Amino acid sequence: MFEQIKHNMETIAGVAVFPILSLLIFFAFFVGLAIWVFSYKKDKIDEMSQIPLND
Amino acid sequence: MEMQQFYYDNKIVKKFIYATILFGVVAMSVGLLEAFFYLFPNLTDGISWLSYGRLRPLHTNAAIFAFVGNAMFAGIYYSLQRLLKARMFSDFLSNLNFWGWQLIIVAAAISLPLGYSTSKEYAELEWPIDIAIALIWVVFGINMIGTILKRRERHLYVAIWFYIATFVTVAVLHIFNSLELPVSAMKSYSVYAGVQDALVQWWYGHNAVAFFLTTPYLGLMYYFVPKVANRPVYSYRLSIVHFWSLIFLYIWAGPHHLLYTALPTWAQNLGVVFSIMLIAPSWGGMINGLLTLRGVWDKVREEPVLKFFVVAITGYGMATFEGPMLSLKNVNAIAHFTDWIIAHVHVGALAWNGFMAFGIIYWLIPRMTKTTLYSTKLANFHFWIGTLGIIFYTLPMYVAGFTQASMWKQFNPDGTLTYGNFLETVTQIMPMYWMRAIGGTLYLTGMLVLVYNIIQTVRAGEPVEDELAEAPELQTISSGRLKGEKFHPWLERKPIQLTILATIAILIGGIIQIVPTIMVKSNIPTISSVKPYTPLELQGRDLYIREGCVGCHSQMVRPFRSEVERYGPQGKAGEYVYDHPFLWGSKRTGPDLLRVGGKYNDNWHFNHFWSPQSISAGSIMPAYKWLFDNKAMDISMTEKKMEAMKTLGVPYSEEQIANGQKDLRAQALKIEESLKSDPDFVKSYDESKKKAEARGEKFVPMNEREIVALIAYIQRLGTDIKVKDNTNK
Repeated sequence: MFEQIKHNMETIAGVAVFPILSLLIFFAFFVGLAIWVFSYKKDKIDEMSQIPLND
Repeated sequence: MEMQQFYYDNKIVKKFIYATILFGVVAMSVGLLEAFFYLFPNLTDGISWLSYGRLRPLHTNAAIFAFVGNAMFAGIYYSLQRLLKARMFSDFLSNLNFWGWQLIIVAAAISLPLGYSTSKEYAELEWPIDIAIALIWVVFGINMIGTILKRRERHLYVAIWFYIATFVTVAVLHIFNSLELPVSAMKSYSVYAGVQDALVQWWYGHNAVAFFLTTPYLGLMYYFVPKVANRPVYSYRLSIVHFWSLIFLYIWAGPHHLLYTALPTWAQNLGVVFSIMLIAPSWGGMINGLLTLRGVWDKVREEPVLKFFVVAITGYGMATFEGPMLSLKNVNAIAHFTDWIIAHVHVGALAWNGFMAFGIIYWLIPRMTKTTLYSTKLANFHFWIGTLGIIFYTLPMYVAGFTQASMWKQFNPDGTLTYGNFLETVTQIMPMYWMRAIGGTLYLTGMLVLVYNIIQTVRAGEPVEDELAEAPELQTISSGRLKGEKFHPWLERKPIQLTILATIAILIGGIIQIVPTIMVKSNIPTISSVKPYTPLELQGRDLYIREGCVGCHSQMVRPFRSEVERYGPQGKAGEYVYDHPFLWGSKRTGPDLLRVGGKYNDNWHFNHFWSPQSISAGSIMPAYKWLFDNKAMDISMTEKKMEAMKTLGVPYSEEQIANGQKDLRAQALKIEESLKSDPDFVKSYDESKKKAEARGEKFVPMNEREIVALIAYIQRLGTDIKVKDNTNK
């Protein structure tokens, strides 16, 4: 089975870049998310979380 | 600022709630009937449209799309208007969404029992209904996005993001998984075959759970739990993290449904890794929901709605912990194909979806009819009997799952299987099937109590009217980012950009799995002895699909010593290249059939389909007597079917297609001849001939009846490899 997979992988040009790319996408995604979330001002967060209670 | 007056559309919410209740009763009743089939396999003997195999997809589709789906629409139509301070974009679209959806459900309820099925799980509906689903789904999307655009609340609350992600992702999934080539008005073949079909199907199947049963309900949780508890969500920041990481990770996890199959291992492992990562956002969401109740747990004691919510969210937490555990290969080796999976999905369906829906119904109906709930006591009773029902349903199924797996894998010291006869592993768990049926009965009883309670509440209350509300018009501000405005606050007031980003988040995972699908296509090791099905076998395969055999029988031998010993060599990707659709299955109520061809003679199958219990005492397989009816099978589509297969890449020659019906007859006659080797068959065959003559009916020879085609297909299974195993390396 493993031979078969390796064979699949080898047929893609520049396959080595895929794992690096995946790691970068993930790292960037979650770091970006963390920056977003923690850069919120407290009153903005409060305001938004009150939306369902204000109808 | 000028205040604007407008009306919330409550009538559409009411319609969806009534539909939820109606189809909830239907879905659960059909489920209970299915549970009783395990105890009394021939409960509806001889009635094809009430057989287990045909009703199973009806149960799953009714539970998912009719019950959970209608409750989802009800909750979204109620909360969306209030979160946006605007009436729905278009009353016409709202009603089109409602009636279109109900029409689709009715079409499913008629077509599935009649045997019109693609056999792909939760996507069984045939192509005209698939198109209708896509259209109505787009109607829902336009209506939602239209409402968002004319809103009076600048920021989109997190619940709405979940609704948007639901809309976008379900559309993508549904379209890609339903790509099929029509052969007639109600028959089509999946454009994918074998391994690819399996990968696309479970990419869909897994994400149907993710984006139809989970994300919309998380949106509802983020609206209704704060609303009922009358306090804001525990952490709005956490809800943002929850949303983005959940939709980003979920879409990758599909291959965990195909562990140890012929799917390439790298794809399997990708699915495992993402499934494990999913624990984090799932539990983040669960904790966020439960902690919203901090400081108001005393309310939970008095308010049945909150009780339902607490068990629902707990159920969500249990199912989303169990899911990643089941994705570990060593756990999956035990659980897959057993009743453990049935327990797992019912924790999700009964606790998470069911109890969320019940809570919302109990909360909305008194509000919309301007009264109080007819009986809080009955609602509490529903809560307790429902909870007991879940426990009585799931616990025995866990025990059954472990028992099955242990018995399947048990070896004697001499290296033979301890339970070589599969039937032993079935009869062993009959008490569990009994308890499951009791659990289902309890849960359905609770549902009926809800029906009574709601009817009484509505009768005592006022008619549902549209609700007057007022809010200031939304001032137009720069579409760009304001001075000092951070990216995410800007994004939250820009629905289109938010939708695009959410789409990108789900597409990354989708593309990375779909591109390899194409890549795998050119790299499946071909097996030269694997040939396309003969016309008669193709006919039989369509009967196998029609009768829903795949609901109980897998066609995928995993590479375990116990399975190779029991069934024969493991399933290889190259064996399935002509399987449009794939029929690997996901449950083994009966044994695997991948290599059943040639294991028994034609007469064995003939007698077994007529009465499984007469061949294997204690078997819980139902009889398929209608396949023996004195009626010629419909072979008029043979050439068309073969041509469709040819279009999809199956190498039939022009000559083979032209001779389709002739070849079919010739093979059928051969099977009839082989059946005649049994004197009992000859005797009863002659008797039935005489009977038909006495009744003045035209006698249809056995070779023209459906049973012969099914036997031909069953006898073909796995034989390509048996002849000689010459895999091209």
